[in-house]
Amino acid sequence: MANILEVKDLSLHYLTRFGQKIGAVTDVSFAMKQGEILGIAGESGCGKSTLVNGLMGLFIPPLYPTSGDVLVGGESLMNRTPQEVRKNVLSQKVSMIPQGAFNALNPTRKIKDIAADVIAAHSGSKNINKQQIYTRLRERFDLFGMETDHILNSFPIQLTAGERQRSVIGISTLLNPKVVIADEPTSALDVTTQKVVIKMIFDLLEKNIFSTMIFITHELPLLRHVAHNIAIMYAGEFVEYGTAIQVVHDPRHPYTRALMGAMLSADANQKSKKPTTIEGAPPSLAKEIIGCRFAERCPSARPECKQKSQSLRMVGERLVRCDYAE
Amino acid sequence: MPNDAIFSAKNISKFFGYGKKRVCAVNDVSFDIADGEIVSIVGGSGCGKSVLAKIMLGLYSADQGDFLYKNKPITNTRDHWNEVQSVFQDPFGCFNQFFSIRTQLKDAFGILKNRPSSQEIDQRVDEALLAVNVKPADIEGKYPFELSGGQMQRMLLARIFALKPKVLIADEPTSMVDACVRANILDYLMKLKAVLSMTIVFVTHDIGLAYYVSDRIFIMHEAQIVEAGKPEEVTQNPKSPHTIRLLEDIPDINREWIKK
Repeated sequence: MANILEVKDLSLHYLTRFGQKIGAVTDVSFAMKQGEILGIAGESGCGKSTLVNGLMGLFIPPLYPTSGDVLVGGESLMNRTPQEVRKNVLSQKVSMIPQGAFNALNPTRKIKDIAADVIAAHSGSKNINKQQIYTRLRERFDLFGMETDHILNSFPIQLTAGERQRSVIGISTLLNPKVVIADEPTSALDVTTQKVVIKMIFDLLEKNIFSTMIFITHELPLLRHVAHNIAIMYAGEFVEYGTAIQVVHDPRHPYTRALMGAMLSADANQKSKKPTTIEGAPPSLAKEIIGCRFAERCPSARPECKQKSQSLRMVGERLVRCDYAE
Repeated sequence: MPNDAIFSAKNISKFFGYGKKRVCAVNDVSFDIADGEIVSIVGGSGCGKSVLAKIMLGLYSADQGDFLYKNKPITNTRDHWNEVQSVFQDPFGCFNQFFSIRTQLKDAFGILKNRPSSQEIDQRVDEALLAVNVKPADIEGKYPFELSGGQMQRMLLARIFALKPKVLIADEPTSMVDACVRANILDYLMKLKAVLSMTIVFVTHDIGLAYYVSDRIFIMHEAQIVEAGKPEEVTQNPKSPHTIRLLEDIPDINREWIKK
């Protein structure tokens, strides 16, 4: 089967006012088949959200593409103006579920009006009947078993965090996008609400509203249950890429291991094992980095790691960016 | 009856709003927190755990029942804050963006009754920064927006290190940061506890985290404490259906969590 999303050596950079170039994403390549869920994990500032913008082809200064290509259904998303992207790409080809549902919704408008605006802006055609949109919206929201009338006629502030996040998901997927990118959709929610939101996403998948998704988060245990494949990102690069079970249960890259070690659970043996902390901070991407990007913080770093840059290679049936991983 | 508990709550309730819209945020809650104990209050959003934390800080007063700090009701919040300090969820909301971080760490001493000399303040700020693994020179002249979320959360902890309170109320201090920074912050918090032998009240929705840090866990649901006990008891042998729900909802890697 043909790949629905293909990313080829994508590099993105920010250009500061002083002409400094910050390479936020470096040489990211992956391909997704129809029906696949890819999880991307990494700490704050590793380039996850920048990558999201790149995958939508939405380049608003100071973000610029350096090289590489993004193909959705065989069609390149690069070299388009933001206006064109908004009209033809967003919500139809690629749709994003943003991080903070509260910030994503206009506080002065009702949910149904926000949804109508989204459709009017992204569907491309100018003559859209508002009543038609409301009917469509109602049908879609009824699918999830939500209190449709209550939610559609409320202002964002009148809804709970879970309802808000679910409305955002409902609005984002209204035009049946080919690929959905969920950027930390549950990070601000408690565990119970998180489960409700994930259930809704699975509901949508089951009803074939959309089938291919990129799920971004920093909670690896969550990805174990949501994603088929997981990519671990560090300082703008993929450092490990494999199936969810491989990456979570048998991590090979030192950074993935440290990430897994930092997780807390209510397990019986949690108290005896201290969560590992990774001292220091990720390297500044403003300068060119020589050698492995994780070398400074790596517990098993060798002297040569700081000189020799690492490339992705097959280790135990998955890709790992470390020459010494076994 | 004399009571050596730090906090003692007897049937406290707190309401918001009037008439039909009256909402009960804390409903007939009683507990004692002993000196030097780490207690976690765990519950979902809107269960009233933050309101309880604010009652402990003296920011709200209970509408019904008695709430005592060291056997006395909280009357003067300024005096109360000499001994009881807090860490909140959003570190950027806790610092003024227009003043440098060092100035604000020094200003924190204004709350103390026995204000140390300015030389001592400088020294204590330096010590506190080193305690959270930040070189004082690194934040010299820096403003809050120049630091990352994890670094700012450490600045909040440095403030606690500097003030040396007897009690710390930590209201979701790690819910905005990623997993590595969370482990880091918890590490410093435990160090803080060891150095200052404080009482810590930890408010969180993550029962795994509560299990790791605390001596005792209170589970809250709809304004009431539904279960209280040692972390082992609460997590291995939960009695309340709400506790069981909270435990089940954690995405654990070794157990089926959701049907695909």
